[in-house]
Amino acid sequence: MKAYLAYFRMRFMRGLAYRTAAWAGAATQFFWGFVLIMVLQSFAKAGGSPLDLPQIASYIWLQQAFLALIVVWFRDSELQSAIVAGDAAYELCRPADPYALWFSRLAAGRLAAACLRCGPILLVGFLLPKPYALSLPASAASAAYFGLSLALGLALIVAITMFSYILCVITLAPHTPFLLLAPIFEFASGMVIPLPFMPQAARRVLEALPFRLCVDLPLRIYSGSIPAAEAPRLIALQVLWIAILVALGRAALSRALRGARISGG
Amino acid sequence: MIKVEDLRKSYRARRRSSGPLQAALSLFKPDREVVEALRGVSFSIKPGEIVGYIGPNGAGKSTTVKIMCGILVPDSGSCLVRGLVPWKDRKAHVARIGAVFGQRSQLWWDVPVLDSFELLRDIYRVPAADYSRNLEELAEALGLASFLDMPARSLSLGQRMRCEMAASLLHGPDILFLDEPTIGLDAPSKLALRAFIERANRERGVTVVLTTHDVHDIEALAKRVILIGRGEILYDGSFDRLVAGASGSLEEAMAAVYGEHGLA
Repeated sequence: MKAYLAYFRMRFMRGLAYRTAAWAGAATQFFWGFVLIMVLQSFAKAGGSPLDLPQIASYIWLQQAFLALIVVWFRDSELQSAIVAGDAAYELCRPADPYALWFSRLAAGRLAAACLRCGPILLVGFLLPKPYALSLPASAASAAYFGLSLALGLALIVAITMFSYILCVITLAPHTPFLLLAPIFEFASGMVIPLPFMPQAARRVLEALPFRLCVDLPLRIYSGSIPAAEAPRLIALQVLWIAILVALGRAALSRALRGARISGG
Repeated sequence: MIKVEDLRKSYRARRRSSGPLQAALSLFKPDREVVEALRGVSFSIKPGEIVGYIGPNGAGKSTTVKIMCGILVPDSGSCLVRGLVPWKDRKAHVARIGAVFGQRSQLWWDVPVLDSFELLRDIYRVPAADYSRNLEELAEALGLASFLDMPARSLSLGQRMRCEMAASLLHGPDILFLDEPTIGLDAPSKLALRAFIERANRERGVTVVLTTHDVHDIEALAKRVILIGRGEILYDGSFDRLVAGASGSLEEAMAAVYGEHGLA
Protein backbone atom coordinates (compact mmCIF):
# COMPACT_ATOMS: atom_id res chain seq x y z
CA MET A 1 0.00 0.00 0.00
CA LYS A 2 2.83 2.35 0.90
CA ALA A 3 4.26 1.93 -2.58
CA TYR A 4 1.05 3.06 -4.22
CA LEU A 5 0.65 5.99 -1.83
CA ALA A 6 4.20 7.08 -2.58
CA TYR A 7 3.45 6.86 -6.29
CA PHE A 8 0.22 8.80 -5.76
CA ARG A 9 2.06 11.49 -3.83
CA MET A 10 4.73 11.82 -6.50
CA ARG A 11 2.20 12.31 -9.27
CA PHE A 12 0.10 14.62 -7.11
CA MET A 13 3.01 16.90 -6.26
CA ARG A 14 4.01 17.04 -9.89
CA GLY A 15 0.46 17.84 -10.89
CA LEU A 16 0.46 20.83 -8.57
CA ALA A 17 3.34 22.29 -10.54
CA TYR A 18 1.10 23.17 -13.49
CA ARG A 19 -0.35 26.28 -11.90
CA THR A 20 -0.45 28.56 -14.91
CA ALA A 21 -2.22 25.96 -17.02
CA ALA A 22 -4.73 25.50 -14.23
CA TRP A 23 -5.46 29.23 -13.97
CA ALA A 24 -5.94 29.49 -17.70
CA GLY A 25 -8.17 26.40 -17.59
CA ALA A 26 -10.22 27.80 -14.75
CA ALA A 27 -10.80 31.02 -16.69
CA THR A 28 -12.04 29.11 -19.74
CA GLN A 29 -14.25 26.93 -17.61
CA PHE A 30 -15.72 29.95 -15.90
CA PHE A 31 -16.77 31.40 -19.23
CA TRP A 32 -18.02 28.04 -20.48
CA GLY A 33 -19.96 27.51 -17.27
CA PHE A 34 -21.75 30.80 -17.75
CA VAL A 35 -22.77 29.89 -21.28
CA LEU A 36 -24.12 26.52 -20.17
CA ILE A 37 -26.06 28.01 -17.28
CA MET A 38 -27.70 30.63 -19.49
CA VAL A 39 -28.65 28.11 -22.17
CA LEU A 40 -30.07 25.61 -19.71
CA GLN A 41 -31.86 28.27 -17.67
CA SER A 42 -33.56 29.67 -20.75
CA PHE A 43 -34.78 26.14 -21.53
CA ALA A 44 -35.97 25.86 -17.98
CA LYS A 45 -37.84 29.18 -18.20
CA ALA A 46 -39.83 27.79 -21.13
CA GLY A 47 -41.49 25.56 -18.55
CA GLY A 48 -41.56 21.96 -17.46
CA SER A 49 -37.92 21.92 -16.36
CA PRO A 50 -36.84 18.96 -14.26
CA LEU A 51 -34.28 21.14 -12.45
CA ASP A 52 -35.03 24.59 -11.02
CA LEU A 53 -32.78 27.55 -11.83
CA PRO A 54 -30.53 27.36 -8.71
CA GLN A 55 -30.17 23.61 -9.21
CA ILE A 56 -28.99 24.21 -12.78
CA ALA A 57 -26.44 26.79 -11.64
CA SER A 58 -25.12 24.50 -8.90
CA TYR A 59 -24.89 21.57 -11.31
CA ILE A 60 -22.83 23.54 -13.80
CA TRP A 61 -20.50 25.25 -11.30
CA LEU A 62 -19.70 21.95 -9.58
CA GLN A 63 -19.20 20.35 -12.97
CA GLN A 64 -16.72 23.04 -13.95
CA ALA A 65 -14.98 23.16 -10.56
CA PHE A 66 -14.40 19.40 -10.42
CA LEU A 67 -13.98 18.94 -14.15
CA ALA A 68 -10.67 17.09 -13.80
CA LEU A 69 -12.26 14.52 -11.50
CA ILE A 70 -15.13 13.64 -13.78
CA VAL A 71 -14.35 14.15 -17.46
CA VAL A 72 -13.44 11.25 -19.70
CA TRP A 73 -10.95 13.18 -21.82
CA PHE A 74 -8.49 14.07 -19.05
CA ARG A 75 -5.36 12.15 -20.04
CA ASP A 76 -1.95 11.42 -18.57
CA SER A 77 0.10 11.98 -21.71
CA GLU A 78 3.31 11.13 -19.87
CA LEU A 79 2.04 7.67 -19.07
CA GLN A 80 0.97 7.26 -22.68
CA SER A 81 4.37 8.19 -23.99
CA ALA A 82 6.06 5.96 -21.41
CA ILE A 83 4.00 3.07 -22.75
CA VAL A 84 4.75 3.89 -26.37
CA ALA A 85 8.46 4.59 -25.85
CA GLY A 86 8.98 1.57 -23.61
CA ASP A 87 9.97 3.39 -20.42
CA ALA A 88 7.04 1.55 -18.89
CA ALA A 89 9.30 -1.53 -18.98
CA TYR A 90 10.79 -0.25 -15.76
CA GLU A 91 7.40 -0.27 -14.11
CA LEU A 92 7.09 -3.98 -14.83
CA CYS A 93 10.40 -4.42 -13.05
CA ARG A 94 8.98 -3.22 -9.76
CA PRO A 95 7.69 -5.43 -6.98
CA ALA A 96 4.28 -3.85 -7.37
CA ASP A 97 1.10 -4.40 -9.29
CA PRO A 98 1.19 -2.37 -12.53
CA TYR A 99 -2.57 -1.86 -12.57
CA ALA A 100 -2.50 -0.44 -9.05
CA LEU A 101 0.51 1.75 -9.86
CA TRP A 102 -1.21 3.23 -12.89
CA PHE A 103 -4.48 3.57 -11.02
CA SER A 104 -2.88 5.63 -8.27
CA ARG A 105 -0.99 7.67 -10.85
CA LEU A 106 -4.12 8.54 -12.86
CA ALA A 107 -6.17 9.32 -9.76
CA ALA A 108 -3.40 11.56 -8.40
CA GLY A 109 -3.08 13.47 -11.67
CA ARG A 110 -6.79 14.19 -11.73
CA LEU A 111 -6.90 15.12 -8.07
CA ALA A 112 -4.00 17.55 -8.44
CA ALA A 113 -5.61 19.25 -11.42
CA ALA A 114 -8.93 19.50 -9.59
CA CYS A 115 -7.31 20.93 -6.46
CA LEU A 116 -5.76 23.72 -8.50
CA ARG A 117 -8.93 24.58 -10.37
CA CYS A 118 -11.79 24.12 -7.95
CA GLY A 119 -10.91 26.92 -5.50
CA PRO A 120 -11.43 29.98 -7.71
CA ILE A 121 -14.47 28.54 -9.49
CA LEU A 122 -16.22 27.58 -6.26
CA LEU A 123 -15.42 30.95 -4.70
CA VAL A 124 -16.77 32.99 -7.61
CA GLY A 125 -19.71 30.59 -7.94
CA PHE A 126 -20.77 31.27 -4.35
CA LEU A 127 -20.39 35.04 -4.74
CA LEU A 128 -22.56 35.40 -7.87
CA PRO A 129 -26.08 36.88 -7.71
CA LYS A 130 -29.06 34.63 -7.14
CA PRO A 131 -30.17 32.47 -10.04
CA TYR A 132 -26.57 32.14 -11.28
CA ALA A 133 -25.00 31.32 -7.95
CA LEU A 134 -23.73 28.03 -6.59
CA SER A 135 -26.14 27.28 -3.70
CA LEU A 136 -25.30 25.46 -0.50
CA PRO A 137 -25.99 21.70 -0.54
CA ALA A 138 -29.59 20.66 -0.05
CA SER A 139 -28.86 19.17 3.38
CA ALA A 140 -26.00 17.90 5.50
CA ALA A 141 -26.77 14.38 4.29
CA SER A 142 -26.71 15.55 0.68
CA ALA A 143 -23.33 17.20 1.28
CA ALA A 144 -21.87 14.01 2.76
CA TYR A 145 -23.24 11.81 -0.01
CA PHE A 146 -21.98 14.33 -2.57
CA GLY A 147 -18.43 14.05 -1.23
CA LEU A 148 -18.56 10.28 -1.14
CA SER A 149 -20.06 9.89 -4.60
CA LEU A 150 -17.59 12.40 -6.07
CA ALA A 151 -14.66 10.39 -4.65
CA LEU A 152 -16.13 7.13 -5.92
CA GLY A 153 -16.84 8.84 -9.23
CA LEU A 154 -13.12 9.57 -9.51
CA ALA A 155 -12.31 5.90 -8.91
CA LEU A 156 -14.91 4.93 -11.48
CA ILE A 157 -13.69 7.32 -14.18
CA VAL A 158 -10.11 6.11 -13.61
CA ALA A 159 -11.29 2.50 -13.95
CA ILE A 160 -13.09 3.42 -17.19
CA THR A 161 -10.28 5.44 -18.76
CA MET A 162 -7.71 2.82 -17.73
CA PHE A 163 -8.94 0.81 -20.70
CA SER A 164 -7.53 3.46 -23.04
CA TYR A 165 -4.05 2.91 -21.55
CA ILE A 166 -4.48 -0.85 -21.80
CA LEU A 167 -5.41 -0.44 -25.46
CA CYS A 168 -2.33 1.70 -25.83
CA VAL A 169 -0.20 -1.20 -24.55
CA ILE A 170 -1.57 -3.32 -27.38
CA THR A 171 -1.68 -0.81 -30.23
CA LEU A 172 1.15 1.49 -29.11
CA ALA A 173 -0.99 4.30 -30.48
CA PRO A 174 -1.99 6.79 -27.81
CA HIS A 175 -4.90 7.98 -29.95
CA THR A 176 -6.82 4.77 -29.57
CA PRO A 177 -10.43 4.28 -30.61
CA PHE A 178 -11.11 5.31 -27.03
CA LEU A 179 -10.62 8.89 -28.10
CA LEU A 180 -13.41 8.48 -30.60
CA LEU A 181 -15.64 7.02 -27.93
CA ALA A 182 -14.79 9.64 -25.34
CA PRO A 183 -17.35 12.22 -26.57
CA ILE A 184 -20.07 9.56 -26.50
CA PHE A 185 -19.12 8.55 -22.97
CA GLU A 186 -19.03 12.25 -22.13
CA PHE A 187 -22.55 12.74 -23.38
CA ALA A 188 -23.73 9.63 -21.54
CA SER A 189 -22.29 10.90 -18.27
CA GLY A 190 -24.34 14.10 -18.24
CA MET A 191 -21.37 16.35 -18.96
CA VAL A 192 -22.98 18.03 -21.99
CA ILE A 193 -26.65 18.08 -21.03
CA PRO A 194 -27.83 17.05 -17.56
CA LEU A 195 -29.64 13.73 -17.84
CA PRO A 196 -33.01 15.01 -16.54
CA PHE A 197 -33.28 17.21 -19.67
CA MET A 198 -33.14 14.20 -21.94
CA PRO A 199 -36.14 12.29 -23.31
CA GLN A 200 -37.44 9.43 -21.24
CA ALA A 201 -36.16 6.68 -23.58
CA ALA A 202 -32.63 8.10 -23.67
CA ARG A 203 -32.59 8.46 -19.91
CA ARG A 204 -33.51 4.83 -19.44
CA VAL A 205 -30.55 3.72 -21.53
CA LEU A 206 -28.07 6.17 -20.03
CA GLU A 207 -29.10 5.41 -16.47
CA ALA A 208 -28.26 1.77 -17.03
CA LEU A 209 -24.69 2.69 -18.07
CA PRO A 210 -21.93 3.45 -15.56
CA PHE A 211 -20.98 6.85 -17.02
CA ARG A 212 -23.75 8.85 -15.34
CA LEU A 213 -22.46 7.66 -11.95
CA CYS A 214 -19.35 9.83 -12.45
CA VAL A 215 -21.06 13.14 -13.22
CA ASP A 216 -24.83 13.09 -13.02
CA LEU A 217 -24.95 11.32 -9.68
CA PRO A 218 -22.69 13.46 -7.46
CA LEU A 219 -23.77 16.78 -9.00
CA ARG A 220 -27.48 16.06 -8.55
CA ILE A 221 -27.09 14.64 -5.06
CA TYR A 222 -25.59 17.99 -4.04
CA SER A 223 -28.58 20.06 -5.06
CA GLY A 224 -31.15 17.54 -3.86
CA SER A 225 -32.33 16.72 -7.39
CA ILE A 226 -31.50 13.17 -6.38
CA PRO A 227 -32.87 12.98 -2.82
CA ALA A 228 -30.45 11.99 -0.08
CA ALA A 229 -32.64 8.97 0.66
CA GLU A 230 -31.97 7.57 -2.81
CA ALA A 231 -28.21 8.20 -2.67
CA PRO A 232 -27.06 5.06 -0.79
CA ARG A 233 -28.55 2.75 -3.42
CA LEU A 234 -26.83 4.60 -6.27
CA ILE A 235 -23.55 4.84 -4.38
CA ALA A 236 -23.67 1.07 -3.90
CA LEU A 237 -24.11 0.83 -7.66
CA GLN A 238 -20.96 2.94 -8.08
CA VAL A 239 -19.02 0.53 -5.88
CA LEU A 240 -20.35 -2.40 -7.88
CA TRP A 241 -19.28 -0.85 -11.20
CA ILE A 242 -15.85 0.00 -9.82
CA ALA A 243 -15.41 -3.61 -8.71
CA ILE A 244 -16.48 -4.96 -12.10
CA LEU A 245 -14.35 -2.56 -14.17
CA VAL A 246 -11.26 -2.93 -12.00
CA ALA A 247 -11.50 -6.72 -12.23
CA LEU A 248 -11.91 -6.54 -16.01
CA GLY A 249 -9.13 -3.97 -16.31
CA ARG A 250 -6.66 -6.04 -14.30
CA ALA A 251 -7.35 -9.11 -16.39
CA ALA A 252 -7.09 -7.11 -19.62
CA LEU A 253 -3.84 -5.43 -18.57
CA SER A 254 -2.14 -8.65 -17.58
CA ARG A 255 -3.20 -10.20 -20.89
CA ALA A 256 -1.99 -7.15 -22.80
CA LEU A 257 1.36 -7.22 -21.02
CA ARG A 258 1.82 -10.92 -21.71
CA GLY A 259 1.49 -10.26 -25.40
CA ALA A 260 3.48 -7.05 -25.25
CA ARG A 261 6.69 -6.66 -27.09
CA ILE A 262 9.08 -4.01 -26.09
CA SER A 263 10.78 -3.16 -29.29
CA GLY A 264 13.82 -1.13 -30.09
CA GLY A 265 16.69 -2.46 -28.05
CA MET B 1 22.00 -18.50 -9.79
CA ILE B 2 20.55 -18.10 -13.29
CA LYS B 3 19.61 -21.12 -15.35
CA VAL B 4 18.13 -20.71 -18.81
CA GLU B 5 17.12 -23.73 -20.87
CA ASP B 6 15.90 -23.92 -24.44
CA LEU B 7 14.27 -20.51 -24.32
CA ARG B 8 12.18 -19.67 -27.37
CA LYS B 9 10.31 -16.52 -28.23
CA SER B 10 8.84 -15.34 -31.50
CA TYR B 11 7.07 -12.16 -32.53
CA ARG B 12 4.72 -11.53 -35.36
CA ALA B 13 5.71 -8.67 -37.54
CA ARG B 14 3.89 -7.08 -40.45
CA ARG B 15 5.62 -6.30 -43.65
CA ARG B 16 4.73 -4.95 -47.05
CA SER B 17 6.49 -3.50 -50.04
CA SER B 18 6.50 0.24 -50.49
CA GLY B 19 3.97 2.16 -52.53
CA PRO B 20 0.28 3.06 -52.29
CA LEU B 21 -0.96 -0.04 -54.12
CA GLN B 22 0.80 -2.33 -51.67
CA ALA B 23 -0.48 -0.24 -48.80
CA ALA B 24 -4.04 -0.65 -50.03
CA LEU B 25 -3.63 -4.38 -50.60
CA SER B 26 -2.20 -4.91 -47.16
CA LEU B 27 -5.40 -3.51 -45.68
CA PHE B 28 -7.18 -6.60 -46.87
CA LYS B 29 -4.44 -9.16 -46.79
CA PRO B 30 -1.75 -8.15 -44.33
CA ASP B 31 1.43 -10.07 -44.84
CA ARG B 32 2.45 -11.30 -41.41
CA GLU B 33 5.76 -12.82 -40.71
CA VAL B 34 6.91 -14.69 -37.64
CA VAL B 35 10.22 -13.41 -36.39
CA GLU B 36 11.98 -15.88 -34.15
CA ALA B 37 13.84 -13.76 -31.66
CA LEU B 38 15.10 -16.72 -29.62
CA ARG B 39 15.46 -20.25 -30.97
CA GLY B 40 16.43 -22.37 -28.04
CA VAL B 41 18.81 -20.39 -25.86
CA SER B 42 20.47 -22.17 -22.91
CA PHE B 43 23.12 -21.06 -20.44
CA SER B 44 23.70 -20.83 -16.76
CA ILE B 45 25.39 -18.16 -14.69
CA LYS B 46 27.03 -18.61 -11.29
CA PRO B 47 26.84 -16.13 -8.39
CA GLY B 48 29.39 -13.35 -8.62
CA GLU B 49 30.05 -13.69 -12.35
CA ILE B 50 30.14 -10.82 -14.79
CA VAL B 51 28.88 -12.11 -18.10
CA GLY B 52 29.04 -10.14 -21.32
CA TYR B 53 26.03 -10.98 -23.45
CA ILE B 54 26.85 -9.77 -26.92
CA GLY B 55 25.63 -9.99 -30.45
CA PRO B 56 24.47 -7.85 -33.37
CA ASN B 57 21.30 -5.75 -33.33
CA GLY B 58 18.22 -7.92 -33.39
CA ALA B 59 20.10 -11.02 -32.22
CA GLY B 60 17.81 -11.50 -29.22
CA LYS B 61 19.92 -9.97 -26.45
CA SER B 62 17.30 -7.63 -25.07
CA THR B 63 14.60 -10.26 -25.41
CA THR B 64 16.62 -12.64 -23.24
CA VAL B 65 17.32 -9.95 -20.67
CA LYS B 66 13.67 -8.93 -20.55
CA ILE B 67 12.62 -12.51 -20.02
CA MET B 68 15.13 -12.83 -17.17
CA CYS B 69 13.70 -9.61 -15.70
CA GLY B 70 10.17 -11.00 -15.76
CA ILE B 71 8.92 -8.43 -18.28
CA LEU B 72 8.45 -10.76 -21.24
CA VAL B 73 7.01 -14.25 -21.26
CA PRO B 74 8.79 -16.78 -23.51
CA ASP B 75 6.87 -19.11 -25.81
CA SER B 76 8.60 -22.15 -24.37
CA GLY B 77 11.65 -23.16 -22.41
CA SER B 78 12.53 -22.55 -18.81
CA CYS B 79 14.30 -19.85 -16.90
CA LEU B 80 15.09 -19.95 -13.22
CA VAL B 81 16.67 -17.07 -11.39
CA ARG B 82 17.54 -17.94 -7.82
CA GLY B 83 14.98 -20.73 -8.05
CA LEU B 84 12.17 -18.41 -9.19
CA VAL B 85 10.48 -18.28 -12.58
CA PRO B 86 10.69 -14.56 -13.40
CA TRP B 87 7.35 -14.10 -15.14
CA LYS B 88 5.44 -16.31 -12.70
CA ASP B 89 6.89 -15.18 -9.38
CA ARG B 90 7.34 -11.69 -10.80
CA LYS B 91 6.98 -9.62 -7.64
CA ALA B 92 9.25 -11.75 -5.47
CA HIS B 93 11.74 -11.98 -8.32
CA VAL B 94 12.00 -8.31 -9.26
CA ALA B 95 12.36 -7.24 -5.63
CA ARG B 96 15.82 -8.82 -5.66
CA ILE B 97 17.15 -7.81 -9.06
CA GLY B 98 18.24 -4.51 -10.48
CA ALA B 99 17.91 -3.53 -14.12
CA VAL B 100 19.20 -0.71 -16.29
CA PHE B 101 17.85 -0.33 -19.81
CA GLY B 102 20.20 2.04 -21.54
CA GLN B 103 17.63 3.52 -23.88
CA ARG B 104 14.93 3.99 -21.26
CA SER B 105 14.60 6.13 -18.19
CA GLN B 106 13.23 5.32 -14.78
CA LEU B 107 13.79 8.78 -13.32
CA TRP B 108 10.90 11.21 -13.17
CA TRP B 109 11.67 13.87 -15.71
CA ASP B 110 10.97 17.09 -13.89
CA VAL B 111 11.55 16.37 -10.22
CA PRO B 112 14.90 16.21 -8.41
CA VAL B 113 16.68 12.87 -8.74
CA LEU B 114 16.44 12.38 -4.97
CA ASP B 115 12.63 12.38 -5.20
CA SER B 116 12.76 9.59 -7.76
CA PHE B 117 15.12 7.68 -5.46
CA GLU B 118 12.78 8.11 -2.50
CA LEU B 119 9.88 6.84 -4.56
CA LEU B 120 11.92 3.73 -5.36
CA ARG B 121 12.77 3.38 -1.68
CA ASP B 122 9.04 3.28 -0.90
CA ILE B 123 8.19 0.93 -3.76
CA TYR B 124 10.90 -1.56 -2.78
CA ARG B 125 10.22 -1.00 0.94
CA VAL B 126 13.89 -0.39 1.67
CA PRO B 127 14.40 0.20 5.42
CA ALA B 128 15.49 3.77 6.14
CA ALA B 129 18.91 2.80 7.50
CA ASP B 130 19.70 0.58 4.48
CA TYR B 131 18.50 3.29 2.13
CA SER B 132 20.70 6.02 3.53
CA ARG B 133 23.72 3.71 3.65
CA ASN B 134 23.16 2.53 0.06
CA LEU B 135 22.54 6.06 -1.15
CA GLU B 136 25.68 7.33 0.49
CA GLU B 137 27.78 4.53 -0.99
CA LEU B 138 26.30 4.90 -4.44
CA ALA B 139 26.57 8.68 -4.45
CA GLU B 140 30.20 8.42 -3.49
CA ALA B 141 31.08 5.64 -5.95
CA LEU B 142 29.28 7.24 -8.87
CA GLY B 143 30.03 10.85 -7.99
CA LEU B 144 26.42 11.94 -7.79
CA ALA B 145 26.58 14.41 -4.92
CA SER B 146 26.64 17.56 -7.02
CA PHE B 147 23.44 16.88 -8.97
CA LEU B 148 21.18 14.74 -6.78
CA ASP B 149 18.99 17.77 -6.12
CA MET B 150 18.59 18.60 -9.80
CA PRO B 151 15.69 17.45 -11.96
CA ALA B 152 16.55 14.59 -14.32
CA ARG B 153 15.75 16.73 -17.37
CA SER B 154 18.62 19.10 -16.66
CA LEU B 155 21.27 16.38 -16.35
CA SER B 156 23.69 15.40 -19.09
CA LEU B 157 23.32 11.88 -20.48
CA GLY B 158 26.38 10.74 -18.55
CA GLN B 159 25.08 12.15 -15.29
CA ARG B 160 21.66 10.67 -15.93
CA MET B 161 23.01 7.19 -16.65
CA ARG B 162 24.99 7.28 -13.43
CA CYS B 163 21.76 8.15 -11.61
CA GLU B 164 19.93 5.34 -13.44
CA MET B 165 22.61 2.95 -12.27
CA ALA B 166 22.27 4.14 -8.68
CA ALA B 167 18.47 3.90 -8.92
CA SER B 168 18.77 0.24 -9.86
CA LEU B 169 20.93 -0.58 -6.86
CA LEU B 170 19.18 1.34 -4.08
CA HIS B 171 17.38 -1.77 -2.87
CA GLY B 172 20.61 -3.77 -2.74
CA PRO B 173 19.92 -6.43 -5.38
CA ASP B 174 22.42 -9.22 -5.87
CA ILE B 175 21.81 -9.56 -9.59
CA LEU B 176 22.11 -6.67 -12.00
CA PHE B 177 20.89 -6.77 -15.60
CA LEU B 178 22.46 -4.07 -17.69
CA ASP B 179 21.04 -3.67 -21.15
CA GLU B 180 23.36 -1.37 -23.08
CA PRO B 181 24.14 0.86 -20.11
CA THR B 182 26.90 2.74 -21.90
CA ILE B 183 25.03 3.53 -25.10
CA GLY B 184 25.73 7.07 -26.25
CA LEU B 185 28.00 7.95 -23.35
CA ASP B 186 31.25 9.90 -23.61
CA ALA B 187 34.56 8.30 -22.63
CA PRO B 188 34.82 9.60 -19.04
CA SER B 189 31.28 8.50 -18.24
CA LYS B 190 31.92 5.06 -19.71
CA LEU B 191 35.06 4.69 -17.65
CA ALA B 192 33.26 5.78 -14.49
CA LEU B 193 30.45 3.32 -15.09
CA ARG B 194 32.80 0.44 -15.84
CA ALA B 195 34.83 1.13 -12.71
CA PHE B 196 31.64 1.20 -10.73
CA ILE B 197 30.30 -2.09 -12.13
CA GLU B 198 33.63 -3.75 -11.44
CA ARG B 199 33.58 -2.43 -7.89
CA ALA B 200 29.98 -3.47 -7.20
CA ASN B 201 30.90 -6.96 -8.39
CA ARG B 202 34.05 -7.14 -6.31
CA GLU B 203 32.81 -5.55 -3.10
CA ARG B 204 29.16 -6.57 -2.99
CA GLY B 205 29.46 -9.76 -4.99
CA VAL B 206 26.76 -8.58 -7.42
CA THR B 207 26.22 -10.91 -10.36
CA VAL B 208 26.15 -8.87 -13.57
CA VAL B 209 24.67 -9.66 -16.96
CA LEU B 210 25.77 -6.99 -19.39
CA THR B 211 24.66 -6.51 -22.96
CA THR B 212 26.54 -3.98 -25.00
CA HIS B 213 27.84 -3.10 -28.41
CA ASP B 214 30.94 -1.56 -26.94
CA VAL B 215 33.75 -4.10 -27.12
CA HIS B 216 35.70 -2.11 -24.55
CA ASP B 217 32.94 -2.67 -21.98
CA ILE B 218 33.43 -6.39 -22.45
CA GLU B 219 37.19 -6.23 -22.43
CA ALA B 220 37.21 -4.26 -19.22
CA LEU B 221 34.60 -6.26 -17.34
CA ALA B 222 33.70 -9.69 -18.58
CA LYS B 223 35.81 -12.79 -18.08
CA ARG B 224 33.05 -14.76 -19.71
CA VAL B 225 31.14 -13.88 -22.86
CA ILE B 226 28.03 -15.35 -24.39
CA LEU B 227 27.75 -14.56 -28.07
CA ILE B 228 24.30 -14.69 -29.61
CA GLY B 229 23.29 -14.39 -33.26
CA ARG B 230 19.88 -14.82 -34.86
CA GLY B 231 18.42 -16.17 -31.66
CA GLU B 232 21.03 -18.85 -31.03
CA ILE B 233 24.05 -19.07 -28.78
CA LEU B 234 27.15 -19.14 -30.96
CA TYR B 235 29.81 -19.05 -28.30
CA ASP B 236 29.81 -19.37 -24.54
CA GLY B 237 33.13 -19.34 -22.76
CA SER B 238 36.03 -17.31 -21.59
CA PHE B 239 36.82 -14.00 -23.15
CA ASP B 240 40.49 -14.90 -23.44
CA ARG B 241 39.81 -18.06 -25.42
CA LEU B 242 37.48 -16.21 -27.79
CA VAL B 243 40.04 -13.58 -28.68
CA ALA B 244 43.06 -15.91 -28.63
CA GLY B 245 42.57 -16.94 -32.24
CA ALA B 246 42.03 -13.39 -33.45
CA SER B 247 45.22 -11.72 -32.26
CA GLY B 248 43.45 -10.30 -29.23
CA SER B 249 40.76 -8.31 -31.04
CA LEU B 250 37.24 -8.99 -29.84
CA GLU B 251 35.71 -7.42 -32.92
CA GLU B 252 37.64 -9.72 -35.23
CA ALA B 253 36.91 -12.72 -33.04
CA MET B 254 33.18 -11.91 -33.18
CA ALA B 255 33.31 -11.46 -36.95
CA ALA B 256 35.04 -14.86 -37.27
CA VAL B 257 32.33 -16.58 -35.21
CA TYR B 258 29.56 -14.92 -37.23
CA GLY B 259 31.37 -15.98 -40.41
CA GLU B 260 31.45 -19.60 -39.28
CA HIS B 261 27.70 -19.52 -38.78
CA GLY B 262 26.98 -17.75 -42.03
CA LEU B 263 25.87 -14.55 -40.30
CA ALA B 264 28.58 -12.25 -41.52
